[in-house]
Amino acid sequence: MTVMEQQGAYRPSPPPAWQPRTDPAPLLPDAEPHRVLGTGAAADADPDLLRRLYAQVVRGRRYNTQATALTKQGRLAVYPSSTGQEASEVAAALALEERDWLFPSYRDTLAVVARGVDPVETLTLLRGDWHTGYDPHTHRVAPLSTPLATQLPHAVGLAHAARLKGDDVVALAMVGDGGTSEGDFHEALNFAAVWQAPVVFLVQNNGFAISVPLAKQTAAPSLAHKAVGYGMPGRLVDGNDAVAVHEVLSEAVRRARAGGGPTLVEAVTYRVEAHTNADDATRYREDDEVEAWRRHDPVQLLERELTARGLLDEEAIDAVRQDAEAMAADLRERMNQDPRLDPMDLFDHVYAEPTAQLREQRALLGTELAAEQDDQEGDPR
Amino acid sequence: MTTVAVKPATMAQALTRAMRDAMAADPAVHVMGEDVGTLGGVFRVTDGLAAEFGEDRCTDTPLAEAGILGAAVGMAMYGLRPVVEMQFDAFAYPAFEQLVSHVSRMRNRTRGRMPLPITVRVPYGGGIGGVEHHSDSSEAYYMATPGLHVVTPATVADAYGLLRQAIASDDPVVFLEPKRLYWSKDTWNADHPTEVEPIGRAVVRRPGTSATLITYGPSLPVCMEAAEAARAEGWDLEVVDLRSLVPFDDETVCASVRRTGRAVVVHESTGFGGPGGEIAARITERCFHHLEAPVLRVAGFDLPYPPPMLERHHLPGVDRVLDAVARLQWEAEN
Repeated sequence: MTVMEQQGAYRPSPPPAWQPRTDPAPLLPDAEPHRVLGTGAAADADPDLLRRLYAQVVRGRRYNTQATALTKQGRLAVYPSSTGQEASEVAAALALEERDWLFPSYRDTLAVVARGVDPVETLTLLRGDWHTGYDPHTHRVAPLSTPLATQLPHAVGLAHAARLKGDDVVALAMVGDGGTSEGDFHEALNFAAVWQAPVVFLVQNNGFAISVPLAKQTAAPSLAHKAVGYGMPGRLVDGNDAVAVHEVLSEAVRRARAGGGPTLVEAVTYRVEAHTNADDATRYREDDEVEAWRRHDPVQLLERELTARGLLDEEAIDAVRQDAEAMAADLRERMNQDPRLDPMDLFDHVYAEPTAQLREQRALLGTELAAEQDDQEGDPR
Repeated sequence: MTTVAVKPATMAQALTRAMRDAMAADPAVHVMGEDVGTLGGVFRVTDGLAAEFGEDRCTDTPLAEAGILGAAVGMAMYGLRPVVEMQFDAFAYPAFEQLVSHVSRMRNRTRGRMPLPITVRVPYGGGIGGVEHHSDSSEAYYMATPGLHVVTPATVADAYGLLRQAIASDDPVVFLEPKRLYWSKDTWNADHPTEVEPIGRAVVRRPGTSATLITYGPSLPVCMEAAEAARAEGWDLEVVDLRSLVPFDDETVCASVRRTGRAVVVHESTGFGGPGGEIAARITERCFHHLEAPVLRVAGFDLPYPPPMLERHHLPGVDRVLDAVARLQWEAEN
């Protein structure tokens, strides 16, 4: 049922007795974040899904520690860790079909890797040898977006275009809590709802926009509540509960695919590490708070559940860890090789055909590089 | 024997026809913006497109410029060729972030893997009695953003030809439409539009020997009129219509200035930090030894676009152009 079909829906030309709708209840999010792990509902979770989520979450954790280590070694210019948020990162990728598209923000490297993109290509932006290392069309993953929320209208446009072409493609767009304050967040949600575009918006509310806590970001009861004003359902979910996030996102994706329009999902989670390696998180939050969240760890939540159901033993845990270790070793080894860079590439992808101005500048750089080469080889005279 | 209908047409009609022909030729072409559908645009430039191609191909969007251009980015990612209308020059500013942070650099950031064939139509400039925020000339902002083509027609034939080229381009094009020329007429064969020079090429609209007037868009008719008036003074002015600000046609401009030895750049956007400074610098760098006088600029004053009752004092008119030409003579003689 679309919003316009709902009883009491807004009419463009209200009669004199018109009143704003007083019952947005069908769109209101859950009062509490939806949880599966640690509840009775967990018994119904598909064992295969649990194992897949577990393996990916463990890999994600290892990826985070490895990338952070690479930053300390100077191999990455910066790394915004998603430690503590692995569950929603992984669930985002696993909720999509191959033909669907993912629109990540700069912190969402894990979701991109879980989608199948080569980890080294995922880190190209953060290493600094180019901006986007992967071909967006290969895995249907848009470039990591650094400006906040600006990728959300892209997701709407792509989903809209796919539907116009008759393809049942869904776009999942990821954004942080800070990004919900941006104008593009509003415009994207509004467009999506008006067009009934097959889009799912995933807000990972990790508590802070660098140092600014959620309470200074919004006065809304929850970020999921924002959905109501646009005329789409809002869902609130425990972002550290991989099964719950997967369940809610999968439902939203199914709904979008079936023509039911967009959904806003708020995953309540926590950024355990600092914003990036350049940030000092002790200036704006207490250790107690961080410790409390560490006890609600996405890896532990899954491990407890799988162990309790007899789906995981020491041997299986070891196998998953070894797989993650191999991924990290491969990443480490390949990231420790200097990337091959050709400065002349600078001019190749500004326009389909370089302008006369760029051709001149390309020639200038060529001369400079040749002079550098001569200097390195020594004066031939 | 059939007679070919060559009738007067307005620039607005030529633009409409360009979109219509592009939409008919390629189902990937989609027109979108505020009021472009049922109303046909506030200037009626998209008139009839929704009726002919349906609302999925010519779409009235919510009132949100960043959203319009942002959605167009996603549509282009999926293989469509969006043509978006920014209703007025100053209304395009909310879309600037999308333009600068995404549209202009998607090809570059993805190493050529994700070009964005988007045309951003921006009605620009003054002289129509518009109130505040309806008459800005924002071309310098677009010119300063690498990755964009910046194009502006001054004739009916160019309006059609350049817009077809812009829509067919695999790169994003900011297509600046001079509002006050929307209703300028020219004889033009809508059924067999003649080919025009490609984007990136300037055209000599009037040959001359005394000095070169370099201009574009809304200031072309001013310069043509000035050149006619200058004949009385014995000056034979050449007029170059840039047509495309990015890429810039150094070749045509410099060939002209080398012939005449004198140059005046004429546009209605502000002089300080405006396109004229860039153009004058390029000419000076390339033609210094051919110059008989400094390159002069005739531009709008360095102030926010004035209210309509005062705009005629702001906009460079024929007299201000002729005064500059007279100064060129003085520089040459002293």
